[in-house]
Amino acid sequence: MAGMATIVVLGGCGTPPRQDAATLEVQGQEVAVMTDAPNVPPPITRRTPTRVVANLEVTEVVKRLADGVDYTFWTFGGAVPGKFIRVLEGDEVEFTLSNHPSSRMPHNIDLHAVTGPGGGAAASMTAPGHSSKFSFKAINPGLYVYHCATAPVGMHVANGMYGLILVEPREGLPKVDREYYVMQSEFYTQGRYGAPGLQPFSMEKALTETPDYVVFNGAVGAISGDQALKASVGERIRLFMGNGGPNIVSSFHVIGEIFDNVVHEGGTMVNHNVQSTMIPAGGSTIVEFKVEVPGTLILVDHSLFRAFNKGALGQIKVDGPDNARVYSGKQSDEIYQPEGGAIQSVPQAGIPRPPATNKAERITRGQASYAGTCAACHQPAGQGLAAAFPPLAASDYLNADKRRAISAIVHGLSGEVTVKGQKFNSVMPALTMSDEEIANVLTYVYNNWGNAGFEVTPAEVAAVRAAAPAKAGAPAAE
Amino acid sequence: MKARRRDETTRVAARAAILVVCLASTAGVVAQERRDAAVSKPPAGMVTVPAGSYVPLYRPPTSPTAAGPGRAGAATPAVPVSRRVEAFQMDVFPVTNGEYLEFVRQHPEWRKWRVKKLFAEESYLSHWKDELDPGPLAPADSPVVNVSWFAARAYLKAQGKELPTVDQWEYAAAASETRRDASRDAAFIDRLRVWYGQAVPDPLPSVRTGFRNVYGIRGLHGLVWEWTLDFNSALVSGESRADSALERSLYCGSGASGAADFENYPAFMRYALRSSLQARYAVGSLGFRGVRNLPSGGTR
Repeated sequence: MAGMATIVVLGGCGTPPRQDAATLEVQGQEVAVMTDAPNVPPPITRRTPTRVVANLEVTEVVKRLADGVDYTFWTFGGAVPGKFIRVLEGDEVEFTLSNHPSSRMPHNIDLHAVTGPGGGAAASMTAPGHSSKFSFKAINPGLYVYHCATAPVGMHVANGMYGLILVEPREGLPKVDREYYVMQSEFYTQGRYGAPGLQPFSMEKALTETPDYVVFNGAVGAISGDQALKASVGERIRLFMGNGGPNIVSSFHVIGEIFDNVVHEGGTMVNHNVQSTMIPAGGSTIVEFKVEVPGTLILVDHSLFRAFNKGALGQIKVDGPDNARVYSGKQSDEIYQPEGGAIQSVPQAGIPRPPATNKAERITRGQASYAGTCAACHQPAGQGLAAAFPPLAASDYLNADKRRAISAIVHGLSGEVTVKGQKFNSVMPALTMSDEEIANVLTYVYNNWGNAGFEVTPAEVAAVRAAAPAKAGAPAAE
Repeated sequence: MKARRRDETTRVAARAAILVVCLASTAGVVAQERRDAAVSKPPAGMVTVPAGSYVPLYRPPTSPTAAGPGRAGAATPAVPVSRRVEAFQMDVFPVTNGEYLEFVRQHPEWRKWRVKKLFAEESYLSHWKDELDPGPLAPADSPVVNVSWFAARAYLKAQGKELPTVDQWEYAAAASETRRDASRDAAFIDRLRVWYGQAVPDPLPSVRTGFRNVYGIRGLHGLVWEWTLDFNSALVSGESRADSALERSLYCGSGASGAADFENYPAFMRYALRSSLQARYAVGSLGFRGVRNLPSGGTR
């Protein structure tokens, strides 16, 4: 956080007036480097505007929206969000939009960076199997959204047609160690969150603005797990954040970090030391922060049910040495027991689908439930969190008694337990998952991270559900 | 800039051609041979669509401030204006590759290597293997696509038919399996939206797979887009969000200044597609079928 360079505020007191970008002459020509999220084209090193040739292809493709869920995306460049475009203030952009012959729809592009009617929409209306060309001068520096603007506009955007174009100020941006491109958007599907198969667009949900999916970079998990963004302790990170919408506003937050700089709405005003920042639908922001300690930072839309139930979660994995001065980890743990540690219930939506037929299928399905429900506390690899959440990896507590493990999920668990020699004393809520889901998630846990390899069946779960809850300190029933 | 002007010129030229057609149809009927088509007995392969009225997506302007489709905060449109459509006959199926092959056999000037660039762009019949050999990507029974508006009209003229007007096409296509007017039937509109959102299969399926509407017409939805005679008469200008300053001179009576139904997304998609076209375009998901206008009158 400390020592982060402040962005030069343009046109402030004491600076000579800048030449109007619209009057700048261009020299030479180059082809725009475009990247798929989360990558960003390299910073522009030239300080004079040039003619930039940008070619973008529109395709309609079926891709993954979540595990087991596919969607027909309409894309700028084959992926959601569309390609990141980076130009310099004063550049003249010769823009060609090509609509693949296999497309069913005509498409066009409205770049918010364009000064001109429709942001280029009318000039770029393109039938399938055609290309349109238009040119514009990037007059205003900033980070801008582009999107398709063909009727019905909302549907073209809801299907994934948006991306970002950065117009770098002539002076360039302050140097950082890493830049990433992340864009939030929401999807409206006929089925509920997680309902498997190829999901068609739901007009009704789009009209009532009740999305099933709110995601970063076009799919649940697009920037978590193996695809998590990476950084090392001491590095400065810059995120180019966009919000494609089509409807909802993002309260963007990174769990475990404070934004040193927020370039408000992707414009020129810079705010400092910000926890959460708003990104309008069809708008953007640039956030910068230095990472001081190792661990996993979590990107969320802080409208939290979107984060934990609709997919608006991403990760930045930071490696490097600990820094106990900045963050110590847990330093002590003592018993505190007021009256009434009642167990609460967390209602959850069950997703109806045919039950698993074998152990392998159980493990696969359990993995998705684990990531969605359990990993937040017990951690992605079951390692737990010291003194707060018991580990599930190589867990003696778990492997000693299947029924006790089932009971912890069905009935919840509160009070002191000892796992791998460590004492834990917190509350596990009773989860209203179906017998099938519990059987799957436990089978997944038992068959990973050095556990006993048991299979848990829905019938076993039902039997435990009918019996009384296990006491926290109860011995294993073997 | 120069390229754009040239593009405009072609557009204007194409529209001028349409305008003539429009004026002609306003004056009476599109000139064509009539073989005493009796209303009661349509020729083989055609059915009669009885006269009636329908509500076009874009209504004629009622006030200079009429809202454009999709404009944020646009007021609910005024009472939609319904339009009368006289009885006409329409092909049961869209024209197939097999039928089109027969046509180019007899009209060499429409074969894929010989066609004039003015009347069909380079992608004309691009999925055909050769001039007289459609090949595996163009099964005989599948709808012909990659044909220009000029080519479609030439084909139909040889049969004594014409392309349907937007009014005729939309009126016939408003029918579901059971109702003549299903334009407000949410389930029907939903089905169309799902279809429009799917990728184009390659090769296209047989025309016989198309759903049969209440008139007995097959596959108006679900197979391919279809050319209309005056496809650019109700124009969503490339700027789909504010069609407020249109060149009225290019429209015959159906200026696009406000949509009648903001929730009929499939209709928006059809109009958007039409307005992205030019008469020489040949598009991979765009075919056509014919109509015959009956002696009782045109469509106005």
